[in-house]
Amino acid sequence: MELIFKLGAPGRRGVTLPKCDVPRHSDNDLPATLRRSAPAGLPEVSELEAVRHFTLLSRQNMGVDTHFYPLGSCTMKYNPKINERLSALPGFTDQHPLLPQLPEGGALCQGSLEALYETERLLSDLMGFAATTLQPMAGANGELTAITMFAAYHKSRGDERRRIMLVPDAAHGTNPASAAMAGFESRDIPSNPEGDVDLEGLQAMLGPEVAGIMLTCPNTLGFFDHNVVKVIEMVHQAGALAYCDGANFNAIVGRVRPGDLGFDAMHVNVHKTFSTPHGGGGPGAGPVGVCERLVPFLPKSRIVKDADGTYRLEYNYPQSIGYIAPFYGNFSVLLRTYVYLLMCGREGFRRISENAVLNANYLRERLAPYYEQKYQRSCMHECVLSASRQSAKGVRALDIAKALLDVGFHAPTIYFPLIVPEAMMIEPTETESKATIDAFCEVMIAIAKAVETDPDSVKRSPQTMPIGRMDEVAAARNPVLASL
Amino acid sequence: MPFIANTEAERQEMLAAIGCSDLEQLWEKAAAPKPTSDFATLPEGRSELEVARHLTHLAGKNATDLVCFLGMGYYDHFIPAAVGEIIGRPGFYTAYTPYQAEASQGTLQAIFEWQSAICRLTGMSVANASMYDGGTAVFEAMAMAMRVTRRRHVVVAAGLSPIFRNILKCYSDSQDCEITDIVLGDDDDRSGQEKVLAAVTDKTACAIVQYPNAFGAVEDWTKTIAAVKEAGTLAVCATYPTALAVLKTPGDMGFDIVVGEGQPLGMPLSFGGPYLGFMCTDMKLMRRMPGRIVGQAQDSSGRTGYVLTMQAREQHIRRSGAMSNICSNENLCALTALVYMTLLGRQGLVEVAELCMDKARYALAKLTSIKGVRRIGSQPFFNEFVLELPKDADEVAGRLVEKGYAAGFPLGRYYPARKNQILVSVTEKRTQEEINGFANAMEAVLWS
Ligand SMILES: Cc1ncc(COP(=O)(O)O)c(C=O)c1O
Repeated sequence: MELIFKLGAPGRRGVTLPKCDVPRHSDNDLPATLRRSAPAGLPEVSELEAVRHFTLLSRQNMGVDTHFYPLGSCTMKYNPKINERLSALPGFTDQHPLLPQLPEGGALCQGSLEALYETERLLSDLMGFAATTLQPMAGANGELTAITMFAAYHKSRGDERRRIMLVPDAAHGTNPASAAMAGFESRDIPSNPEGDVDLEGLQAMLGPEVAGIMLTCPNTLGFFDHNVVKVIEMVHQAGALAYCDGANFNAIVGRVRPGDLGFDAMHVNVHKTFSTPHGGGGPGAGPVGVCERLVPFLPKSRIVKDADGTYRLEYNYPQSIGYIAPFYGNFSVLLRTYVYLLMCGREGFRRISENAVLNANYLRERLAPYYEQKYQRSCMHECVLSASRQSAKGVRALDIAKALLDVGFHAPTIYFPLIVPEAMMIEPTETESKATIDAFCEVMIAIAKAVETDPDSVKRSPQTMPIGRMDEVAAARNPVLASL
Repeated sequence: MPFIANTEAERQEMLAAIGCSDLEQLWEKAAAPKPTSDFATLPEGRSELEVARHLTHLAGKNATDLVCFLGMGYYDHFIPAAVGEIIGRPGFYTAYTPYQAEASQGTLQAIFEWQSAICRLTGMSVANASMYDGGTAVFEAMAMAMRVTRRRHVVVAAGLSPIFRNILKCYSDSQDCEITDIVLGDDDDRSGQEKVLAAVTDKTACAIVQYPNAFGAVEDWTKTIAAVKEAGTLAVCATYPTALAVLKTPGDMGFDIVVGEGQPLGMPLSFGGPYLGFMCTDMKLMRRMPGRIVGQAQDSSGRTGYVLTMQAREQHIRRSGAMSNICSNENLCALTALVYMTLLGRQGLVEVAELCMDKARYALAKLTSIKGVRRIGSQPFFNEFVLELPKDADEVAGRLVEKGYAAGFPLGRYYPARKNQILVSVTEKRTQEEINGFANAMEAVLWS
């Protein structure tokens, strides 16, 4: 499609503003040297042209509302419409974040503060932690928040040697990247032949310089590590702390609390487990739960409930790591989370994880004859297949992904985790029906058969999308990043 | 209501297919622990109607009828109705990060357009897809400058938002770096350009300035920046995008990295988020920039499309060596800003900025005609200025809330010696009547 800058005509506009009802200021009070030489080259289109352009663009996307989107590790579940409706109430959207910092300002925001306080409480209960901060603005930001607290914890004990963060080789890229950003050196720990953390490998790496471990639970292979509790014990014995990457919380929510397993801190991606929309890549939120001994290090501010039932913000935490977010987190995303928490309730969450696990295992069972699996194990909420058999015929996971697009399914996550060759990570979620999963499996089986008879037909896909495969190498070599 | 699709009959069929008699058996097979809690403190699930009632009740407990003169980086601007309609299209809001380009051209082209629009506004040539917010974008710019220069010293001009400064502290405490803060007198609204220059040495990675600064002052940095760059130091600018509709661009002043808070471009205040960090630079530094970047590409039949590009900078490829850990960003907010800038357009955004300026000047004249009220500093300004009151500003702001006004931000919270000062912000939404009412209320609070 044409770029928006190519549409419209000089002088055309989309919105009219009120006439100025005060005297115009004299231009020379802002000297010419401080004025821009010409207006910014923004589009000049009518409201209709804008609406049509963007609506047509939106139709070039696959989304959960229109397509099955089994993108592993991303939990593309349905985003309930009521979330959108209630988070858009003007009582919430029209509040300036500095209001509570005015004298007695807390009284102006009791509704917002109560919603945040309750969201924290419900998440703490679900995760099994003493307290939760809602401030991190995404999962990776939650990782950074938590391990920054680990650093502060060790420092408060005068234990400043602990510069190493252990990260399994199967971990998401954000884990080692967050470790580096928090000032740690990240070290890979190997997986054993079953896809669990290799205990001997771990033991060899533990020592007085290790600050902690970042474990994804269930792990990125879709398995519940047989030895999680043992791993955490070993880490604690070495004086280090255990962090749970909760991107996969949907597998166990309402049944298993990572805090009960012994983890010291954990993030959840509310844009995964708690149904807030991904928005094509955010905004999300990554609340972090912590055990008792990390509470003093939580980011500021914190919401407290006074004996008279009113809520206020408190800043007096001398050991706090400080300000991770400008205010109280991605508030309107958190409101969606709150709505979902209230609607699902105790029983609902248990059913969510059960059904997510059932759907994934059913899918795995149906596809097992056609695709390799590096590990022969029942999975949790997602299953990782390998296209290694197909790649022997020249068809790679990428080709299979593109072939799926052609028949109206979004592709799984591919080439992650890194320890599975030609990985295809498939996460159906509980909001999808057996019929949809069956249809997806039929297509996956048809592709596997096509690879046997006519592999080129798969490699030529996609044929039905707005564009074909892009030359990404050329794009990165000679980047065109803006129309100026 | 947990939005689960399958019926009990379907569940039984699926369990049979995997050879399990019930869900518990499946759970055991997957080697997951037994329930670790009875979740007794969690409430029972509620219906949509009940939850809607509860949230509507909570929204009603919030005060939203205050006339807003609060700003400090986050502003009460008008948002056209079409913005919300467009970003609510399911293709946009229910999609994930555009990993599969062929299935995500909507998001990818829109982000390419956003990158183009924010470059045009700031006068830069490269932008990324977004950062979490303005404050984290300032930190990312600082980290980028340290990577590029391999230096660890940073100079922060007076007048960097104290909210951004707090974030900078939190994120940089774990970095091996030294930050020099420029401090001026409490009767000043300037950023201290000479002192910035004096603090820059051949060990300085970057100088970070805000334009307009946190006191509202608009200063020409052109000469100082040229001098700063002679030391091999990068110049980082945090800016207010709406103001750039009329102000000389940071690009024209010579800044290397331009960041800021994009909330004023169509996002509601929403009690703190989600907001939008943006980051722009030039071609020479683009491969050192954090975050996702969309680029133009061709498919095999020569059609133009868009892809995530230069991904070797990012965590999923580079892991611990990545430019940043950012993965999910604020995509839908960047789209919001694009749609807002499109609807306002070339002329409309200038008009918004001019209205802000006119109304701010009217408000300044009204307020400073009150006995004992004077403006701090004398720099040109955009839509924000600092007033000194004859009383404690906190107390005055509190009294004005009772009269229906969010009077501005009392600066004493961040600058103890400025306890009688208040930062007043005026947007195009304020009417003459509201400003008159505000000035009258202020006078009454001060003198009756
Ligand atoms: C296992 C895992 N950890 C962390 C993240 C990062 O989360 P976010 O994108 O919200 O920053 C993801 C996201 O894909 C993930 O799958």
